[in-house]
Amino acid sequence: MKKSRYINGIGAVTAQGIWRTDFFTESQPLQQAVNAAQQPSYRELISPAMARRMSRGIKMGIYAAQQALDEAQIDIPDAIITGTGLGCSEDSEKFLRNILDNDEEFLTPTAFIQSTHNTVAAQIALRLGCKGYNFTYVNRSVSFESALLDASMQLQDAEATDILVGGVDEVSDHTFRLLQLVGHIKPSDVHETIHDSNSPGANYAESATFFTLSQQKTAYSYCEVQDINLQNKLSQGDLAAFTKEFLERNGLHAGDIDALVLGYNGDKEFDGWYDIFECIFPSIPSIYYKHLIGQCDTSSAFAVATAAKLIREQIIPAIIQRNQVTLDRPLRNVLLYNQFRGEDHSLVLLRSC
Amino acid sequence: MAVAGVAITGIGIISSIGKTIEESQHALLSGTHGISRIKNVETKQKERIWVGEIKYSNTELADLLHLPAGHNYTRTAMLGCYAAKAAVDALGGCDMGAYKTGLISSTSVGGMDYTERYFYDYLENPALYPYITTHDAGDSSHKIADYLGIQGLVTTISTACSSAANAIMMGARLIKSGRLDRVVVGGTDALSKFTINGFKTLMILTDELCQPFDQNRKGLNLGEAAAYLVLESEDVVQREHRKPLAYLTGYGNANDAFHQTASSEDGEGAFLAMRKALTVADLAPSDIDYVNAHGTATPNNDLSEGRALQRIFSANMPLFSSTKAFTGHTLAAAAAIEAVFCVLALQKQIIFPNLNFKTQMEELDFSPQTEVCQASLTNVLSNSFGFGGNCSSLIFSKA
Repeated sequence: MKKSRYINGIGAVTAQGIWRTDFFTESQPLQQAVNAAQQPSYRELISPAMARRMSRGIKMGIYAAQQALDEAQIDIPDAIITGTGLGCSEDSEKFLRNILDNDEEFLTPTAFIQSTHNTVAAQIALRLGCKGYNFTYVNRSVSFESALLDASMQLQDAEATDILVGGVDEVSDHTFRLLQLVGHIKPSDVHETIHDSNSPGANYAESATFFTLSQQKTAYSYCEVQDINLQNKLSQGDLAAFTKEFLERNGLHAGDIDALVLGYNGDKEFDGWYDIFECIFPSIPSIYYKHLIGQCDTSSAFAVATAAKLIREQIIPAIIQRNQVTLDRPLRNVLLYNQFRGEDHSLVLLRSC
Repeated sequence: MAVAGVAITGIGIISSIGKTIEESQHALLSGTHGISRIKNVETKQKERIWVGEIKYSNTELADLLHLPAGHNYTRTAMLGCYAAKAAVDALGGCDMGAYKTGLISSTSVGGMDYTERYFYDYLENPALYPYITTHDAGDSSHKIADYLGIQGLVTTISTACSSAANAIMMGARLIKSGRLDRVVVGGTDALSKFTINGFKTLMILTDELCQPFDQNRKGLNLGEAAAYLVLESEDVVQREHRKPLAYLTGYGNANDAFHQTASSEDGEGAFLAMRKALTVADLAPSDIDYVNAHGTATPNNDLSEGRALQRIFSANMPLFSSTKAFTGHTLAAAAAIEAVFCVLALQKQIIFPNLNFKTQMEELDFSPQTEVCQASLTNVLSNSFGFGGNCSSLIFSKA
């Protein structure tokens, strides 16, 4: 008997601040190429001495994770599964600079210790004393979706009852400068929102978004995670068939989907994928979110948070709706689609519960 | 009798003891290690450390892979492509599109070997730009998937030195759940100045040949390697008339939740991982005939792992060895190359020795196997532990 998977808690640290009830009404579209997250006070969660040694990614991850656990009223989950595209980039850069600038002399281990990709998941486990399964996926824009797939499989097969799953990526100076050189990030002198974007590249931002996924439905459950699919390569011509096959294996047709949450990031060369995707469906509300929280490899985790909130509240705030279609029926099935530069495609299906 | 498990139908490997299964097996049986002074990485630590380095330059690797001029394959990606291709070729010509096929790879350094070379030069030299996007850990997996022609579920795991064990575990679960029919799983890591200096700051590198499980062990030798396994569903095995090399019957991952880089004294994480793997395989500790230990030869690991083994097996410790003295510690690839060694051990009914061992650890009541020996092997267990308290165990069973 396959078990269900409910989202019972959400936490986030983003360029618009932390996850909260008024998140969308208090948000402003980003128009800078590189955006830091608005950092909350970490004092209650992390001692100041430890916080000084930790990169923002670790702190953001710990904060978002705790928010997600608190909302679900879970102390220690059975498993912790994270995704990160670039990992602990700040500490990696710091250690590498020390090697290069000091010709391999006078090195200290802290930055190296914290540079491994699984540091965030490990630090959360250490803090909670969680001895369960602990995985970190690192595959560009499907890093979070890989973690979500893993968590879903474990809940479905009753290998765990409560799982903490999340995505986190931090800004680091040099790496982001290099990503500007290759055009992934817009140049610093371009100030466009996704809505106004007329250029290649995206506005980037750091973020951490975590979820408590549980077998049990509670009074606080946002929605159910129905299915996830990942695909490294796809042609635009095959996108419709890829989507149709995914819907069919879930007993659905395009007409059963009530809203779309899409990964538009303002990169004029690749946002066309989402235009094609929208055409697969009849006229339904289309939602975006990266204009608020920016692009990073794991920002698509925020699509899940966005959709979960919409399903629970049954309202679509104007700031995240991309088209003009009015919601004329209950939001039951919401489909999420994300890709990055035409690769690492993911579909996530959420359902009201 | 273990559960049916997931069939392993192909294996491929490249490490400092060989670029083929035959070369690796020959080295293991003749007790020939692959530890030497480093040649391919420019580092000041050159004369202070011994490493398990693959003696092919990047140009030679690119030639072996027939990569076009102007390619942007990092060393990590090239080693991965080489070993993964060998694993798939072992199937004897197969159409990657014929079944739902995926790739679960793993790496810890990713493209760091090029990042550390061009970190500042990138800003000045646009000709180097193609390497900028090879820095992230997912790059090598994309390259391997493209090289093999895999389109589908492709992802990467990075949990430091247990990475490949976790990739193998996830692959097996994807087959069991029916989401995939076939999956290529494993890991790849190239030596880099970054990891050499990182491990040096932790003071866990020895300036001699490493001595796993020896009372006087001084630390580890780093190495580089890649290895991949092809896992296939029972349905594919039947339809393609495969003869499985072995079965993956058990797997478990747990967290030590003790320290970011050090293992707990009682080996709690390792103990939990082994216990989970035994439960998944539905085996008792007494069913395990051989343990391929993580055995990095650091004072901390071998004590922690030794205690965990003692807790699992009590007075009935099976034969065990660490093969790290042959290859060095190959980080994210370690569990994959050791998975290949376990498959070979099951196929040949042979245990590979723990080199450089002299004195039994005073905290333990057992010593590793130091000579090649014939043994009746049905189930073997392989351990891999990483930073962040990450502990993984895999159980392989005779086909």
